Amino acid sequence: MSTVVDRNLPPALSALEAAVRIQGVTFRRGERVIFEGVDVHIPRGKVTAIMGPSGCGKTTLLGVIGGSVRPEAGSVEVLGHSLVGMSRAGLMRVRRSIGMLFQSGALFTDLSVFDNVAFPLREHTRLPEELIRDLVLMKLEAVGLRGAHALMPSQLSGGMGRRVALARAIALDPTIMLYDEPFTGQDPISMGVLLRLIRLLNDVLGLTTVVVSHDIHETASIADYIYLLDRGHVAACGTPEELRQGSAWARQFMNAEPDGPVPFHYGGPSIAADLLGVAEA
Amino acid sequence: MIETLRDLGRSGIGAFESLGRSALLFFYTWRGMGEVLTRPRLVLQQVYATGVLSLVIISVSGLFVGMVLGLQGYNTLVGFGAEEQLGVVVALSLVRELGPVVSALLFAGRAGSALTAEIGLMKATEQLAAMEMMAVDPLHRVVAPRLLGGIIAVPLLASIFNTVGVWGGWFVGVGLLGVDDGSYWAHIETTVSLRHDVANGLIKSMVFGVAVTWIAVFEGYDTVPTSEGISRSTTRTVVHASLAILALDFLLTALMFD
Amino acid sequence: MKQRNLELAVGIFVALGLGALLILALQVSDLGTTVGRDGYRLLARFDNIGQLKPRAAVKMSGVAVGQVANIYVDPETFDAVVVMRIDRRFDRIPLDTSAQIFTSGMLGEQYVALDPGGEETFLAEGDTITITQPALVLEQLIGQFMMGKAAGDE
Repeated sequence: MSTVVDRNLPPALSALEAAVRIQGVTFRRGERVIFEGVDVHIPRGKVTAIMGPSGCGKTTLLGVIGGSVRPEAGSVEVLGHSLVGMSRAGLMRVRRSIGMLFQSGALFTDLSVFDNVAFPLREHTRLPEELIRDLVLMKLEAVGLRGAHALMPSQLSGGMGRRVALARAIALDPTIMLYDEPFTGQDPISMGVLLRLIRLLNDVLGLTTVVVSHDIHETASIADYIYLLDRGHVAACGTPEELRQGSAWARQFMNAEPDGPVPFHYGGPSIAADLLGVAEA
Repeated sequence: MIETLRDLGRSGIGAFESLGRSALLFFYTWRGMGEVLTRPRLVLQQVYATGVLSLVIISVSGLFVGMVLGLQGYNTLVGFGAEEQLGVVVALSLVRELGPVVSALLFAGRAGSALTAEIGLMKATEQLAAMEMMAVDPLHRVVAPRLLGGIIAVPLLASIFNTVGVWGGWFVGVGLLGVDDGSYWAHIETTVSLRHDVANGLIKSMVFGVAVTWIAVFEGYDTVPTSEGISRSTTRTVVHASLAILALDFLLTALMFD
Repeated sequence: MKQRNLELAVGIFVALGLGALLILALQVSDLGTTVGRDGYRLLARFDNIGQLKPRAAVKMSGVAVGQVANIYVDPETFDAVVVMRIDRRFDRIPLDTSAQIFTSGMLGEQYVALDPGGEETFLAEGDTITITQPALVLEQLIGQFMMGKAAGDE
């Protein structure tokens, strides 16, 4: 059912210049198929969301873009470089133009907030310490945490930690920003802050943004395009508006309805058969 | 029956696979050593975390092991009227065997398990993945300095253990049991050889240092990134490292003191 | 500041470790007693050296004054030649000093004991001690005892 949608990306989407072009990607983990023949185009300068039920391989897709997951088949092109068969050194070069915000924030627990943000600068540049200081404070200012630069990660709240991780991810001025489940476990205020930051950074810094999430309403409010993944396929894609009027499955997901094409009940014998021992005819 | 055989085969294959992975980790980590040497501060931090923080347990254990050797040695030697040889018994046992082996075992329990837990936790909290995505190789930035720090720390700790132990034996033998001070030291000096005993003991502890730290960083890096996985890996570090130390000790002893 | 404390701690640790190693090398092992370039060599000829081995102690009145450096057999006289290194501090050993091989304790190691004579001239580098007593070999002793017993009976 979904392969039809795969091959027919909306003209509006395929016409845009792609920062990331994933074609026919297949990936298995042991016996389990994670993707089969997935096509995803991430348009440059836009916020693209990748959504779907838990365990549909959303995070793995980010790994494919970042080069940490090597697909069995298909092609992955990031900023014009093909990642398939690329050397480790080449991969490291491509990664310098990618920033990623991890689900847990992934701050280095033994470094202060300041040193965390300075980490990529110190690793990849030979800038003098005063300049690094200025850059770090500017990045922290962008996420509103300049005042917290002396704290240790353990002293931060969840939302603050994620903002520090965001400052660290943009420290090297990447072209592509990847967000892995940025909203899970956030209170409404920090969720609002993150939403605004993602959109703002994308527009002000001219980034290309990919957000993986299942918080449908929040994500839909900032995304330009949405891909819906289901059981290893792209089930639907388009603008949030298009999806709300799309297939029954897409509508169920977009409106977060408990029952629909994805049934509430897991398949099995009827309740009468199970509870009353009535043999099914 | 078939199922048991299959389980046996599976665990055999698993053991070989992790052996291969650990060899690869060792190889890739050593390739990053040049990079580490340009940033000695990273190694310094690890020598602190593994060496300095193990100093107390090593010194106290060394003292007690030396004292026990003094007591046991005296009780045995006095039967032959050879108690002036006590120093030799204490010093040779320490320098050849107990110093390198016990200090490496203590290091595995104190610092090795901490290394595994630290690296495992970094993996579970995606810190290693984040580093990778920042185009920084965690093998070079995280594993290599820890490996080098451990390799530096273990021989130093073993030397401290030996010295403290010889003084512990002296305290019991000379101080409490009345062995002659001069003959305690003189017999040590004439019998213990720098090349055969001290140098070989040092080589042993260097080999143990490489083995223990390697096992510790590998178990941490290879852990299943959950809290259960980390606790299993930590246990495995101590068990595997202890077995490796004892097996290597036998091998090295057979080679050195034939 | 924190960084400096860390450096200090590591510095102390490394110094302790190397210091311990130095103590092991100098005080615990034979390096400290090896009479280095400061010593001089003396030779002694024995009929039999028993279990004497290189690195055995050379003692005078029970005090270590040097070490056995080398032992070999003279190819002409078939004597055992023991080369000893004597510490420079003991440079006034009389010319008519005798050497004996003793055992320390019942099970101890064998050593060379020097028994000083009364001459006014002293042994110097390369000199040979000729007045020597061989090591006691238990089998020989028993043998002699048995022979003496047999001779006495006759």
